[in-house]
Amino acid sequence: MTATTEINKIISKENMVYGKTSVLLDNEMHYCPGCTHGVIHKVIAEVIDEMGIQDKTIGISPVGCSVLAYNYLDIDWQQAAHGRAPALATATSRLMPEKYVFTYQGDGDLASIGCAEIIHACNRGENIVVFFVNNAIYGMTGGQMAPTTLEGQVTATTPYGRDCAVTGFPMKITEMIAMLPGTRFVTRQSAETPGAVRKLKKVVQKAFENTREKKGLSFIEIVSTCSSGWKLSPVKSNEWMKENMFPYYPLGTLKDE
Amino acid sequence: MGDVRLMKGNEVIAEAAIRCGCDGYFGYPITPQSEVMETLMIRKPQEETGMVVLQAESEVAAINMVYGGASCGKKVMTSSSSPGVSLKQEGITYLAGAELPALIVNIVRGGPGLGTIQPAQSDYFQAVKGGGHGDYKLIVLAPASVQEMNDFVDLSFELAFKYLNPAMILSDGVIGQMMEKVELSEYKPRWTAEEIEKISGSWATTGKTPGAQRRISTSLDLDSAKQEIFNHKLQAKYRAMEENEVRFEKIACDDAEYLFVAYGSSARICQKAVEQAREKGIKVGLLRPITLFPYPTKAIQEMLKNVKGILAVEMSAGQMVEDVRLAVNGKVPVEHFGRYGGIIPTPEEVVEALEQKILGK
Repeated sequence: MTATTEINKIISKENMVYGKTSVLLDNEMHYCPGCTHGVIHKVIAEVIDEMGIQDKTIGISPVGCSVLAYNYLDIDWQQAAHGRAPALATATSRLMPEKYVFTYQGDGDLASIGCAEIIHACNRGENIVVFFVNNAIYGMTGGQMAPTTLEGQVTATTPYGRDCAVTGFPMKITEMIAMLPGTRFVTRQSAETPGAVRKLKKVVQKAFENTREKKGLSFIEIVSTCSSGWKLSPVKSNEWMKENMFPYYPLGTLKDE
Repeated sequence: MGDVRLMKGNEVIAEAAIRCGCDGYFGYPITPQSEVMETLMIRKPQEETGMVVLQAESEVAAINMVYGGASCGKKVMTSSSSPGVSLKQEGITYLAGAELPALIVNIVRGGPGLGTIQPAQSDYFQAVKGGGHGDYKLIVLAPASVQEMNDFVDLSFELAFKYLNPAMILSDGVIGQMMEKVELSEYKPRWTAEEIEKISGSWATTGKTPGAQRRISTSLDLDSAKQEIFNHKLQAKYRAMEENEVRFEKIACDDAEYLFVAYGSSARICQKAVEQAREKGIKVGLLRPITLFPYPTKAIQEMLKNVKGILAVEMSAGQMVEDVRLAVNGKVPVEHFGRYGGIIPTPEEVVEALEQKILGK
């Protein structure tokens, strides 16, 4: 028996304990090393695969680093103008109520330019899932201040650190959204450890189950890193996130009705 | 004779939408077009045809709901008036860039800024020259009667789906608010999921069929070479519209020595002005563009054999007149007469302007 045959035997189907879901395409990702988007994409793709809803799911991608999310998940996609994804999702879900519709948005997209659209989609209780990737910075445009940028945080537009007296305060939009009667499930998660990823996957599944049961809007914030924008290594980024982001944006489920 | 009623232009837009099998209306209140959504809310088409009607939180949200609905291969629309249509420009250019069919109705009021709630035609440039960013065109239809408010809803959807391009009904506060006799269209059923798959299956994001190509509704391509090719494709589409979709009406043009060019409610005023001028012995006709894009350039050029001068009449400071001048290319005098800021000209004023600006030369 040659070495190759031996390997093939080991990796034969019946011996496989883990594989990449086919919903995640093989296209090379444009995300930076250490970026959280890749992990979040994988989790969403796995849940879509496991729930068998690939043919019924429509994703709405934002403007920002994840504008090209449609290159990575093998589903139908709509690409929205900056911040408007919840409006697209509203119409898509209302016109095709049997489908699973989700938006995938960053902090600039959702909490700044799209603040009105997300608040009102949540307030109407649209039957959709919202993924809110919060890394406290505008990644794609080159690391400018976001509404969620922390006090004192250095960005391209707050080169001396965010001065809240001038720019306002880091916005806890997830807490605001949890107050709205239209939302059913509001949670804040992370994806920096295998444990965190497992937890994230559970809430993603719950969110899509909520859509199936026509429960209304599920909102999942994922506190994330931006190594390039923060100018830290991936490992240091995770440390910075735990030290600075987690105390201000505490993990956990805010609402589950 | 079908279902004949006495109705307001705005109400008819709503009624025509239900009857032509429209799937969704997304709007935001603004004077003088609020009756469109109000009529839909009273009619409750969700119980009759299943059409979705939703009051959005803003004009921006409404047009982006249209983008979402259009991406699903559905017949979707919005309506607004000038300041609201300015807000919709972002969504409109995305619709054009993603090659999505949709209907936008603009019941124009006077501007700039908050302007007035009275009728005007000062959004011509915005409607026919693009409006938002990038090189794109809308199919623009200009109704001159309540009947055409009815007829152009279905026609707009037909053209929008034929060319995969947003269409606009450019009306104004006169046509929107006035009541006229109208013969309503017959009911057409909404498209079924199977019909949508057949008509728009190559691009509509209705959920990926296993083994089939996935559909992506986007206006983004970061590769400039591909973006240029895409722009060529758009331009070819606009040239095809110019070739095939020009619509206009000629009134008293056979023996005309002079010509009014006017659309929408100005054309109605000019119709009376033609009668009054002819009583005075002035042989004037009216060419009424029905499509503002594509513009009836050739029709105007064909009139130049006999016509000695043209007066463009519009409720603006002079917008459409530029397209008349481009068509005429200096061959005969072209002048503009307009009232603006919400003032509607009288036929007498129009005849006087013809005498002073064209005959006086």
